[in-house]
Amino acid sequence: MYKFRELKKAAKQETEGKEYRLAVLGNCATQFLSQCIAGFSHLEGMNLKVFDADYNQIDAQLLDPDSETYAFDPDYILLYLASDKLYEEFMGLEMKERTAFAEDIMSKLSAYWDMTEARSKARILQMGFTEIDDRAFGNYGLKISESFSYQMKKLNWLLSDAMSKRKGVYPVDLLSVQLSLGRERFYDPVLYYNAKVNVALESWGYVAEQVFHVISSLQGKVKKCVILDLDNTLWGGVIGDDGLSGIEIGELGRGHVFTNLQLWLKSLKLRGILLAVCSKNDEDNAKLPFLEHEEMVLRLSDFAVFYANWEDKATNIRRIQESLNIGMDSMVFIDDNPFERELVKNMIPDITVPELPEDPALYLSYLQSLNLFETASYSKEDSDRTGMYQAEAKRRESEARFASLDDYLQSLEMEGAAAPFDELHYPRIAQLTQRSNQFNLRTVRYTEDEIARIAEDKDYITLYYTLKDKFGDHGLVSVVILKKISETEVFVDTWLMSCRVLKRGMEEYIINRMVSEAASFGIKTIKAEYIPTAKNKMVEHIYESMGFDTIGDGLYSLDIESFSKLKTYIS
Amino acid sequence: MGYEEVMEKVTEIAREIFEDEELVLKDETVAADVDGWDSLTHLALMNEIENEFEIKFQMKEVQGIKNVGELVRVIVERIS
Repeated sequence: MYKFRELKKAAKQETEGKEYRLAVLGNCATQFLSQCIAGFSHLEGMNLKVFDADYNQIDAQLLDPDSETYAFDPDYILLYLASDKLYEEFMGLEMKERTAFAEDIMSKLSAYWDMTEARSKARILQMGFTEIDDRAFGNYGLKISESFSYQMKKLNWLLSDAMSKRKGVYPVDLLSVQLSLGRERFYDPVLYYNAKVNVALESWGYVAEQVFHVISSLQGKVKKCVILDLDNTLWGGVIGDDGLSGIEIGELGRGHVFTNLQLWLKSLKLRGILLAVCSKNDEDNAKLPFLEHEEMVLRLSDFAVFYANWEDKATNIRRIQESLNIGMDSMVFIDDNPFERELVKNMIPDITVPELPEDPALYLSYLQSLNLFETASYSKEDSDRTGMYQAEAKRRESEARFASLDDYLQSLEMEGAAAPFDELHYPRIAQLTQRSNQFNLRTVRYTEDEIARIAEDKDYITLYYTLKDKFGDHGLVSVVILKKISETEVFVDTWLMSCRVLKRGMEEYIINRMVSEAASFGIKTIKAEYIPTAKNKMVEHIYESMGFDTIGDGLYSLDIESFSKLKTYIS
Repeated sequence: MGYEEVMEKVTEIAREIFEDEELVLKDETVAADVDGWDSLTHLALMNEIENEFEIKFQMKEVQGIKNVGELVRVIVERIS
């Protein structure tokens, strides 16, 4: 972890790139926290400006529509009620009032959220509560509703419950920081009593790190795939030498270690992270344990891609990346062999390569401590993502059998559909705006809440697109938001598409439907814009190729009356 | 570690905290003499000194040390 000194220094440094703004509001002294978040972000290459509200100004800042917080126009507002301060409030209460403490604090928080949402478009980052056991009841306090530890546990639960119903609120799990550091390192009484700073200076970096993770995930910087080595990574031993009965998994030797690692990977897969294999092995040998070993947790069907051969790993990882069509920076490579890790890191600088500890017993807790899989959304479709990529692999196989691309596309029997945004699909639509980087014309990120507002706003025409073919259902693959700029003109505020369905006529289908939908609203002209980012070069010329006229630098226009339908095999 | 050596280390730390490469600390130097030495940077300074010398100041020391000379004397006492 960065030293406090380094973070403090980096807070002042200028960073390039798109600017994001965070306002920090707390019931305690937050200047150090703000400095550390700014410093941490700058050191990680994010241009984050941080506004620190004065000590204990939450009510004043949130209530007043002209407050400094709102004037700062933040993208994020961090709300932080420190338990140390709450504890002092709690101690001032009569015994009979103490049983309602958690509920009172929770309703105060909900009111903060309401105020924020009414006056600002910022996403709310809600700091969780650390626990303080004052031992006033000893262990018995856990079952006494008048005790502070009882009320704080209840408060954390109430908070989770309330957040699960609030789309615009994102948790920062402060308690887990305290748990991993330990109360002794986390809290410095001298500092607290001197300056009302409730976290030790050298521990703020860890808190800032979590805030940074949440903000990054809101910007779509998330991991989507884990690439795994096999021998001595997913099981103990070498399948080629030790054979099916000799590898450690389940009951044998250190098998428990690998079983639990696989269980964790399985739950990553179930929440939508793709798993892939990259192993130096004969393919048949490599697949054998997944097919035949009874104690193996992961099965072949859990992997989106499987590469076992004797070529170098960087080459295989590039193949995996091509077949999944996701950014290198969204992939994690896990391998026990330091040589392979070095090679991959050198050849592919963008990929994340954890420095696994030598002892496999430490793999899992180490990987978990890195918090690589932060996310800002979760939808039902996530759990089926692996299946979609497997269907894609089948499509590729079949593609090879056709002489022409047209023949192949025709053979897919593709069916598309388009519909205005509906409530059921708000989560997935918001998620796509947050995660899509490559096929995304303007890269505007929306929360579920904002999507709901747009869907209900008459000034917008919204469309989400689905696609299926004979191999399977791609689900929701594209999002279009048209904003009315006059009676007869719309502007394409958002057009994004999942790269899984690239170059099979979906682009044309989307434009055809976009035009017919706009026409039905009496629209004559569609204006559009391409805003370049580090990642969306692939769509630089898409509007030209779809028949739009260039009217400026990155600006396009389409006249609906002279538009002729684009050719596509999607019906 | 003697008085002179501690003073040197403290000066080094203070130069970094107050971002002044030429800062000179004397026994009689007080916070008001140094640009940027406010209540917050004071805490950062004390923290750095604690890390460097592996000591922990008591609350009355953080609040009550009168000048740099006294600070250095407390450190010398602690580490001896």
